[in-house]
Amino acid sequence: MNVPADLKYTKSHEWVRLEGDTATIGITDHAQSELGDVVYVDLPTPGRALALEETFGTVESVKTVSDLYAPVAGEVVEVNGSLNAQSELVNTDPYGGGWMVKIMVADTSAVDALLSPEAYAASLDD
Amino acid sequence: MPLVTPLHAAHLKMGARMVEFAGYDMPVQYSSIIAEAKAVREGAGMFDVSHMARLTFTGTATLAYLQSCTTNDVDKLEDGHGQYSILPNAQGGAVDDIIVYRVSTAEYRLVVNADNHAKDVAHFRSLLPAAVEMIDNTDQTAMVAVQGPTAAAIVASLSDNATAVRDIPFFSILDVQVAGVPCFAARSGYTGEDGYELVCSAQDAEKLWWALSEAGVAACGLGSRDTLRVEAGLPLYGHELSDDMSPLWAGLGWVISKTKDFVGSQHYAAEREAGIRKKLLGIKMDGRRIPPIGAEVTVDGSVAGTVTSGVFSPMLGCGIGFALVGSTYKVDTPCAVDVRGQQETGCFVNKRFFKRA
Repeated sequence: MNVPADLKYTKSHEWVRLEGDTATIGITDHAQSELGDVVYVDLPTPGRALALEETFGTVESVKTVSDLYAPVAGEVVEVNGSLNAQSELVNTDPYGGGWMVKIMVADTSAVDALLSPEAYAASLDD
Repeated sequence: MPLVTPLHAAHLKMGARMVEFAGYDMPVQYSSIIAEAKAVREGAGMFDVSHMARLTFTGTATLAYLQSCTTNDVDKLEDGHGQYSILPNAQGGAVDDIIVYRVSTAEYRLVVNADNHAKDVAHFRSLLPAAVEMIDNTDQTAMVAVQGPTAAAIVASLSDNATAVRDIPFFSILDVQVAGVPCFAARSGYTGEDGYELVCSAQDAEKLWWALSEAGVAACGLGSRDTLRVEAGLPLYGHELSDDMSPLWAGLGWVISKTKDFVGSQHYAAEREAGIRKKLLGIKMDGRRIPPIGAEVTVDGSVAGTVTSGVFSPMLGCGIGFALVGSTYKVDTPCAVDVRGQQETGCFVNKRFFKRA
């Protein structure tokens, strides 16, 4: 499984890329593989405030439905509108074109507390 | 420990994702459900359906026995032909949906659902007269469904009798060698496509599987099988059929004889006389979301019925499914489906989303 070294991770299989105080969030390669073909992603409206671990959306695949959890608290500033028509980007490019939301993070040090790539990769081997 | 089919090792070798289904460890997908569904619509795919049960009935009283315990008219079958049918209970519901093949007047072969294997065997046994013998061949055999527009050409090219393979009519059977493996071939399937269901001995199963794979047939799992059968408008026991649902609701009146007596036949006569209360319609969603099984379907805010099956259709690029609704609802009616609290719009349509050209 692809676990890029420059990202942070959650146990619920989201990834976080912090740039300044903006965190881009998506689901991992492992998560998309487990879900199978993604057909629909339900995302929040920009402006919504998210608490840590709050459910902010759902991913619907041909096999199952899975909730998305906020890895950090903050305000949604942008969502990936391309996923409306091209939800398969979640499968084909989970760390790139398949990103889901951008959050203005209240406390960037909270990102440091997330799983490192090594810790996340190790959790997949359990 | 779950049961395994004779092709279990082949599935693992191909890297399939496995799930437990009907007590068997079965492949749900090899690559992707959408890719596998497309492979079947555009070329040919193969499914391990060895978990489905294969029963043989012999003895001179078999015809009379099957006439009394199945709904379709077995008397209409000729040697080498098969028919879809219902195994009815005494209350007007379905024990299972089945296929009955007549090999000869003294030998019939049945294929029944894996999920109902033990229930069906017990049911058949409870009605079995001394002059009929039932043999369960499931564990000694394997069954591979080869489906798609190029299935006939591929199976014919691997066979020792290409002409017979190409020429047998839909729902007819043939003894033929495929890739050197003796097979009982039936021209049938569960995808709406042309194709065959090949039954061979358990020990020959891998030889057949790998030969088909080498010939370009894509391995397909239970996920795409469900997608394809919904596109083709075909019911699945446990969803559109059950012990408590009349098969007339699912639109299966065409396999329920009006001219013979059978287990529960008085219920169908009464239901037809009174008017069938419910029917199964297709739902085509406006968007990509999948109608969830059990979800409420409304028309103009009034409850019309519930979703019985739902999938994403790669062919149509939207969510599709079946809804069991009151008999007054008609196709081309806009409807809404409750998808986890959100009302998603769609339309009632004919349940055969896919029709072979």
